Amino acid sequence: MTNHWVDIKNADVILIMGGNAAEAHPCGFKWVTEAKAHRKARLMVVDPRFTRSAAMADLYAPIRVGSDIAFLGGVINYLISHDKLQMEYIKAHTNAPFIVGEGYSLKDGIFSGYDAEKRKYDPASWGYELDKDGFAKVDPTLENPRCVFQILKQHYARYTPELVSKICGTPVDTFKKVCELAASTATPTRNMTIMYALGWTHHSQGSEIIRTGAILQLLLGNIGVAGGGMNALRGHSNIQGLTDLGLLSTSLPGYLQLPKDSDVKYDDYMTRLTPKPLRPNSTNYWGNYPKFHVSLMKAWYGKAATKENNWAFDYLPRYDSGYDIIKTFDLMYDGKINGYICQGFNPLSSFPDTHKISAALQKLKFLVIIDPLATETSNFWQNHGEHNDVKTEDIKTEVFRLPSTCFAEEEGSLTNSSRWLQWHYKGAEPPGEAKGDPEIIGELFTRIRALYAKEGGVFPEPIRDLTWTYKIPTSPSPEELAQEYNGRALDDIVDPKKKDTILAKKGELLGTFAHLRDDGTTSAGCWVYTGAYTEKGNMMARRDNSDPYGLGQTLNWAFAWPVNRRVLYNRASSDAAGKPWDPKRKLVFWNGEKNVGSDVPDYRPDAAPEEGVGAFILTAEGVARLFAPTGMAEGPLPEHYEPFESPLKVNHLNPGHADAFNNPAARMFKKDRAKLGKPEQFPYAATSYGMTEHFHGWTKHLKGNAIIQPEQFVEVGDELAKEKGIANGDRVKVSSARGHIEAVAVVTKRLRALDCGDTKVHQIGLPNHWGFMGLAKKGFSVNTLSPSVGDANTQTPEYKAFTVNIEKA
Amino acid sequence: MSSLQSLDIKRRSATTLPSTQARETLEVAKLIDVSKCIGCKACQVACSEWNDIRGDIGTNVGVYDNPADLGPKTWTVMRYSEVEEKKGEEMAFEWLIRKDGCMHCAEPGCLKACPSPGAILQYSNGIVDFIEENCIGCGYCVAGCPFNVPRISKQDSKAYKCTLCSDRVAVGLEPACVKTCPTGAITFGSKEDMIDHAAERVVDLKERGYANAGLYNPAGVGGTHVMYVLKHADKPEIYHGLPKDPQISATVGLWKGVMKPLAMLAMGLTALTGFFHYVKVGPNDAEAHPDEPEDGNGPHVIRSSGPGQMEGKGNVNPGEQA
Repeated sequence: MTNHWVDIKNADVILIMGGNAAEAHPCGFKWVTEAKAHRKARLMVVDPRFTRSAAMADLYAPIRVGSDIAFLGGVINYLISHDKLQMEYIKAHTNAPFIVGEGYSLKDGIFSGYDAEKRKYDPASWGYELDKDGFAKVDPTLENPRCVFQILKQHYARYTPELVSKICGTPVDTFKKVCELAASTATPTRNMTIMYALGWTHHSQGSEIIRTGAILQLLLGNIGVAGGGMNALRGHSNIQGLTDLGLLSTSLPGYLQLPKDSDVKYDDYMTRLTPKPLRPNSTNYWGNYPKFHVSLMKAWYGKAATKENNWAFDYLPRYDSGYDIIKTFDLMYDGKINGYICQGFNPLSSFPDTHKISAALQKLKFLVIIDPLATETSNFWQNHGEHNDVKTEDIKTEVFRLPSTCFAEEEGSLTNSSRWLQWHYKGAEPPGEAKGDPEIIGELFTRIRALYAKEGGVFPEPIRDLTWTYKIPTSPSPEELAQEYNGRALDDIVDPKKKDTILAKKGELLGTFAHLRDDGTTSAGCWVYTGAYTEKGNMMARRDNSDPYGLGQTLNWAFAWPVNRRVLYNRASSDAAGKPWDPKRKLVFWNGEKNVGSDVPDYRPDAAPEEGVGAFILTAEGVARLFAPTGMAEGPLPEHYEPFESPLKVNHLNPGHADAFNNPAARMFKKDRAKLGKPEQFPYAATSYGMTEHFHGWTKHLKGNAIIQPEQFVEVGDELAKEKGIANGDRVKVSSARGHIEAVAVVTKRLRALDCGDTKVHQIGLPNHWGFMGLAKKGFSVNTLSPSVGDANTQTPEYKAFTVNIEKA
Repeated sequence: MSSLQSLDIKRRSATTLPSTQARETLEVAKLIDVSKCIGCKACQVACSEWNDIRGDIGTNVGVYDNPADLGPKTWTVMRYSEVEEKKGEEMAFEWLIRKDGCMHCAEPGCLKACPSPGAILQYSNGIVDFIEENCIGCGYCVAGCPFNVPRISKQDSKAYKCTLCSDRVAVGLEPACVKTCPTGAITFGSKEDMIDHAAERVVDLKERGYANAGLYNPAGVGGTHVMYVLKHADKPEIYHGLPKDPQISATVGLWKGVMKPLAMLAMGLTALTGFFHYVKVGPNDAEAHPDEPEDGNGPHVIRSSGPGQMEGKGNVNPGEQA
């Protein structure tokens, strides 16, 4: 979240799209009810299904699965064409005035720089026009035809309400009502928040959907303000923590990156990742990349990381490509991966194309499961009739189960959607032989290290030299780990401005990442978390919820990264002169001497407005990017593409251009592509999702949850049900090009047929909570049906939009 | 055994002796704001956790309502209804979600119908409580309830329903469902405060276009200690058959008046017969019916919450049934 849960109470308009907060985040949803009850906030829900969130809404708009960019692009077009823009904000805080180079173009849905063979873009032509000093040229009047504002205007002018309705199936008048309500927040004193979740990320163009939402919010002046923002609702209690700690195949903690194969030398790596400012006075905070990276390497390798060996740079693996879940299981399927450690994950239930996942697991020599529960994956080799029809006698995979603890059986920090690190305590001892994950990893690591010490082996240094100074090496404590990610001064840290002032003494825990150095005198295992565990104690364990400004900021409750900041980009809550847009909801403003307010300023505290520093300190531009010259795989502006399986035969935005039918930069392996369905056989759009009664596949192991939602079902609109002769409660068979499932039909008016041009689109809802393990009635993995294709930037699978057929079982 | 002191007992079933009047306690109420309820069923789970009762893992019968009905081990359930109703000038599709359970009537039909002394109590705070140790399993409370709430267990032939967490309220806590509700849709306090809170909510709902928003606190049963804020208070029946004008059946009234001495005699004979049955045959064995659903839900399954199938169970007139 750019903002935080409590801040939702400050909103005037709430848009829930690509998420279902009432069902998936019921506790957080209370802040929506607060905003409605106490600010007269209006709630809009845009969703393929009339969900329990929609039941709470003032306005509901149906949408076809996978058409969100068309919808949001249409709203952007409405705002620009009706002059519903917070123009002063746009000029001060976005790259609207920046001039894009002449090489940029968009033709028939394909941007400049496309290599059709490799299905990849070279983003060089998307860059700004630079002056002789290397700074981007700007036109403050926004009239230059190549300035971002004009390009944006031209780009989205194509997204007319009629076209939106044709693509999305949303009736034009309903769509216009959404536009009008969103447009009501273009004034400085009205704000809209957007709440989204996996309904936006689970698409072959998920990252671009989110960017479209962000563009919309920037045009309305709704970023960095109370009651505004782009708010990603995270699905697990600590999935934000997972992201922060970089548990992705090409990431390092704190949003740092692993080196690539092409980073031959240390300097190649540092140059690639240390941006130069694109405007004079821009803070360009990522310019500090070397400080964060060197501090990480000092945390990991201590004295073995020296200036001479480039801070142990060669200990890090260099990647040739990402090893996301789709790729990993493709390699496993091909027999190229034969051992797999699966920690806190249930691939057989959670990953697309269940049959492929099962076949891949059967090819492994060994599988290690670290999980508190007996999952579908841990028991993939067991025959459970139609729900897991495998030949046990043919499976040679050796499975090791290492039982781990549940959250209530361990102490430590959880990072929630609000970026708050909240410390929690053990509520019960784990049963039987179950151990906490740090202990399991500690045992594994110390034994592997002993093997290296005894037997040598190729390149033992990265294992041998790893910092492992925990009191009990086989069981690192939560406090020790927290202090490690917080970081320490390895020498006295001197204030560069006042040489006689020591900011942190040697050996002390650091209070802020502003004290990190690139000369090896500081360590930090995850720089964004620095400040969480300081010399003042465990800041994550703080429980003072006093709220002096009445905005719900509660700066003394737990710790929010970065540096206890509650709302990101909060300097944008004031105008260019540092004066709050809304005097009743002040976050950060200029008091004549300093930037102050109800939050920790996301800005240099002493930067006076006339310095023109820019409110978005992380971008090289110093402002927010409506147009992204780098960073996105499929183009600098979001463009609508169809899902890889669509009930439509044509992309109505770019008809007649097959190469722009779906995301031109999304990766799909050949054998997966061969398993894509065609509308003739699989005419119905399908989407999978979770329900409020369950948490993934876990809670079906609990009696209380199994009682309140006991058995697998699929949701079918009454019109399609009538057509197919399906009665409420009948058993139905749902099939895709990859397999089929059977379940009870819930026939409902909540899934209505949509008119998409000349095609009537029926949508089928597939809640995904059941399996062959646990207490609830046995069911099928819904991912039997979903395709192995992911977002072009993140490879997050397209669970939310594919096609199926349905018939009475 | 009663959760509150005998000092707090206002009425007792089948008892002619006057109750204590030395202490006046605050009249309480639970207010369920249907417009804030997201149907998450956390209240259902909290109810089963606190009271330590769990029914069977059932099946899906084509709706979100699970368990499909109230039962001896299911004292509250969410009811879902798909309707088209007027909002402002237009018709709008709505998915109405109502938490169902005992309404704790000021004039409780169950208590009036109950022939067993002290099996049903009403406390001076308004809570109506079943004292199972005194229950003879006759089912008159089921007939006497205009909301179709009590359920007789096939396991032990006792009547069960929501206690409004009388044990929690007795020690100054709110009911478990209130404590757990994530959106503040369920609130608990003095009846007066709840009525005031409801009035504020109604203003908000009217401003949003629900011209008929209002409080459900039906006069036919003397008002209730569980009340609803409804967007369509003029049509409570669209909320899965919430009765528009619940009344205690005339038969119950008659029974309690003229017929009472005769009825008491009949009950006495029944008890006597039961005693001889016990002596001669032995106790009824709950294990003798292993195939019957533990929750006793069988006959109460409602197949759909769709607007076409809204013959609300709550409208059943116990008089006709008897």
